[in-house]
Amino acid sequence: MAHIALPEGLPGITSGFAFRPETAKPMRELAEVLLRGENSLTSGEREMIAAFVSSRNDCHFCQASHSAAAAHHLGGTYDVVDAVKRDYQTAPVSAKLKALLGIAAKVQQGGKTVTTADIDRARQEGATDIEIHDTVLIAAAFCMFNRYVDGLATLTPTDPQAYDAMGQRMATHGYVQRT
Amino acid sequence: MAHIDLPADLPGIRGPMNFRLETAKPINDLVDVLLRGPHTLTPGERELIATYVSSENDCQYCQTFHGAIAAHHLRDEQLVADVKCDFEHANVSDKMKALLAIAGKVARSGKLVHEDDIARARAHGATDIEIHDAVLIAAVFCMCNRYVDGLATWAPDDPDFYRRRAAIVAKQGYHVSIEKG
Repeated sequence: MAHIALPEGLPGITSGFAFRPETAKPMRELAEVLLRGENSLTSGEREMIAAFVSSRNDCHFCQASHSAAAAHHLGGTYDVVDAVKRDYQTAPVSAKLKALLGIAAKVQQGGKTVTTADIDRARQEGATDIEIHDTVLIAAAFCMFNRYVDGLATLTPTDPQAYDAMGQRMATHGYVQRT
Repeated sequence: MAHIDLPADLPGIRGPMNFRLETAKPINDLVDVLLRGPHTLTPGERELIATYVSSENDCQYCQTFHGAIAAHHLRDEQLVADVKCDFEHANVSDKMKALLAIAGKVARSGKLVHEDDIARARAHGATDIEIHDAVLIAAVFCMCNRYVDGLATWAPDDPDFYRRRAAIVAKQGYHVSIEKG
């Protein structure tokens, strides 16, 4: 049961969003810009960074839903995102994305752990300043979302099908509520 | 030196915020609602939570800046120092101590927040909105702290710099971080 009286039946972050629409709006907008806005990284790549950080933070709701969103962006297969969560160094992704995932892993631990060597590696693989910036901020933002979801003990579905449907909606319709 | 090519004259979060205005706007909107919006907790109390979490995360810029804003609202710099050092023995309400304890847990991991922590806050009169916002303020500063330090932004040494900016932000709001001056 959630720590506070959140609307019944809504899973994960959607219950916090429904409880407090004033804070939900900018949180949704931030996710939309970071994960679906115009970018030289694909939405699939950015969702994988989100799923990876959420997995490192052991937030089941966020890692499962963003893995599903990544899978839907990547043609419906979970193989790549699952490999990234298992061991991104050997996953079938570009050397640039591996370097960015390395930065995201450091940010998850603490911003100060990111070194100039981590940044140099990403640059050598062709990462731009915006890509490095967005990787740091996606990782930081999921350190927020994950803590919000787990800090309130929100409802966490266990059925993988529920997440697959969620991921499809996230990949298709995005994060901003249209009224 | 910052890890990427940020506006060199702007300290802390203002560097990356001015580098990327599209993400700065929702972050400022979120912080404005949480720390300055209508609330049963005063802005000073909410800034204390932000300061404490930033201190736990060892983020120099955020803890000094939000500490200065808290001190501006509360007219008490010593209280801010006391909360960072040992909030359980600081001169704040029992409700605030319970909310700071929850925030401290969230800073490490959301999963650490226990029913007993919530029961303690409720026993001292905390409402669901206050508990929700304590959790979310703590979570938001886990983002802001990582954003500021993950890009290796610079933090001024001069305490007066923070006092001056604190007075401006306390009056005008967080959107000034993406305005010149």
